[in-house]
Amino acid sequence: MRRYLDLHRQNLVDAVRRLGRQPVATLLTVLVIAIAIALPAGLRVLVNNLASLSGGWQSAADFTVYFKRDVPTERARALSREVAARADVAGVQFIDRAAALEEFRTRSGFGAALDALEGNPLPDTLVVRPASGAAGDVEGVAAALRKLPETDLVQLDTQWVARLRAMLALARRIVDLATALLAIAVAIVVGNTIRLEIQSRSAEIEITKLVGGTDGFIRRPFLYLGVCYGLAGAVLAWALIFGTLAALGPPVRALASLYDSRFALAGLSLRETGVLLAAGAALGWAGAILATARHLRAVEPR
Amino acid sequence: MIRFENVHKRYPGGRDALAGVTFSLERGELAFLTGPSGAGKSTVLRLIALIERPTRGTVLVNDQNTARIPRRRIPGFRQRLGVVFQDHKLLYDRSVFDNVALPLVIAGAGRREIEKRVRAALDQVGLLGREASPPITLSTGEQQRVGIARALAPRPDVLIADEPTGNLDPALSAEIMQLFARFNEVGVTLLIATHDLELIEHMPHRRLRLVAGRIESDGAGAH
Repeated sequence: MRRYLDLHRQNLVDAVRRLGRQPVATLLTVLVIAIAIALPAGLRVLVNNLASLSGGWQSAADFTVYFKRDVPTERARALSREVAARADVAGVQFIDRAAALEEFRTRSGFGAALDALEGNPLPDTLVVRPASGAAGDVEGVAAALRKLPETDLVQLDTQWVARLRAMLALARRIVDLATALLAIAVAIVVGNTIRLEIQSRSAEIEITKLVGGTDGFIRRPFLYLGVCYGLAGAVLAWALIFGTLAALGPPVRALASLYDSRFALAGLSLRETGVLLAAGAALGWAGAILATARHLRAVEPR
Repeated sequence: MIRFENVHKRYPGGRDALAGVTFSLERGELAFLTGPSGAGKSTVLRLIALIERPTRGTVLVNDQNTARIPRRRIPGFRQRLGVVFQDHKLLYDRSVFDNVALPLVIAGAGRREIEKRVRAALDQVGLLGREASPPITLSTGEQQRVGIARALAPRPDVLIADEPTGNLDPALSAEIMQLFARFNEVGVTLLIATHDLELIEHMPHRRLRLVAGRIESDGAGAH
C-alpha cells in the first residue's frame, strides 16, 4: 500500500515539475481552462445574486386596495379594521388620503402643482399583507375585498415578481447549458494537451512498454497531468471570479445605496469553491482519460 | 527455455523475414545468433519479446506459447524477460539510477529493494557510483552497460540482446561479451544477436547462423 502511495506521490510531483518546466505554455493552457470554467461559474454567481436581490421583495405578495374617493375616511378606516381581523390576513397598513397627500407633496416636489388642484385627488388606501402558509390565499383575499362596494380597485403586485422569477429560471437554464458546453470544452482542451504530451513522450512510453510497463502504469502520469491542468485552471478561475467581484463591489454598493438598499455582491461560498475545484480536477481527469484511451495504444515498440 | 517451431514471419509489404526457423535454447544456455544484416536476427528477438507475432509457426518462451498471450498479459510477460537494445533505449531525462530502477518500479518493488537491486546491477556492469549521472554524460559503452544493468536488475531468467556491441569499439565490445558470459555462468539463459564474428571467435558458446530467414548452421564455437 505504501509503495502504491509512493508511486502516486511520485507521479504527482513529476506532473507538477513538468508543468513548471514550460511555464509560458502551461500558463496559456491553464488560462484557457480557467476562462472556460470562470465563465459559467461567474454567470452562476451573477444569477444567484439577482435571485437574492429579488428574494428581498417577499413583501411583493402584498397588495393594495384603493377605496372609492366618495367613501369617507372614517368608513374606510373601519373597513380596514375588519379586514385586519380576517384569518387569512396577516396585517394591514391604512394610509388615509390626507396623510398620503401630505407625504406626496413633501417627497415628490410637485407641491405647487398639487396646490393648483381642487381638493385631494388621492383615495384612502389599504396595504394588505396576506397570511403566509395554507391560510394565505392571496387571490381569495383579493377577490373578497374586490366585492366590497367601497372598493374602487385592488392591485396585486405579484405578477411582475412571477415574471422576474421566470426570467431567473430561464437564466439559470441558460447558465446550465453553458456550463455543460464549457465543461466539454475544458475536457477537450486538457485532452488535446495530453495528446501532445503523449506524442512528445512517445520514446519514453515505448521504452516503458518494452520493459513491461502495464497500460495503467503508463497512463497514470498523464492522468495526474490532466488533473493538475484542471485543478490549476479551477484555481485561476476562482481568482478571476474573486477579482471580478472585488472590482464590481464598490460600484454595486454605490448603486444599491441610491435605492436605500444594503445589497452587496455575494461571492462563492466555501462549498461552491469546493465544487469548482473538484469539477476542474474531474474535467482534467476526464480529458486525460479520453486522450490516453485514444492515443496511448498507438505508441507501440518497434 | 526458448523454442521456435517452423516459424515464418512476413512483414506487411510481402518481405519474408523468417522462412521456417526451428531451434531451441535450453535453460542456462548461451547462444549467439549470427548472420549478415537482414538475415532475420532482430525478427527472432522481436518475436521472443512479443514486439511482433509470427505469421506461422510457434514460439515458446519459458514453456509458454506466446500466441496464447493476449495483449493485456504482454507487460507481465516482458517483466520476466531482460532485453538489451542496440540503441540502449534509455530515458535521457532521468538519472542512471532511475533508468535501471524502471523495471523494478513497474514490478512494484519496495524502495529499499529497488536501491539494493539497482546497486547490485550497476556493480555487475562496473558503473557503481554513477547512479546520479544523467545518461547523456556517459560514453556510449557506459550507456550500453546501463541498458544491460536495467535488463539485469529484475533478475530475469532469460536475457536477449540485439547487437549489444553494435556501436562500440572492439575493446569495449569484448568487455561486454565477457560480461554476458559471466551472467551465463550464474545461470542466466542468453540469446545474443551479433554480426561481429571476430568478436565471438574465441568464445566456446553455441552459434545459430541465420541466412535469409533460415537457420543455416547450428553448433558450438571455437575450442
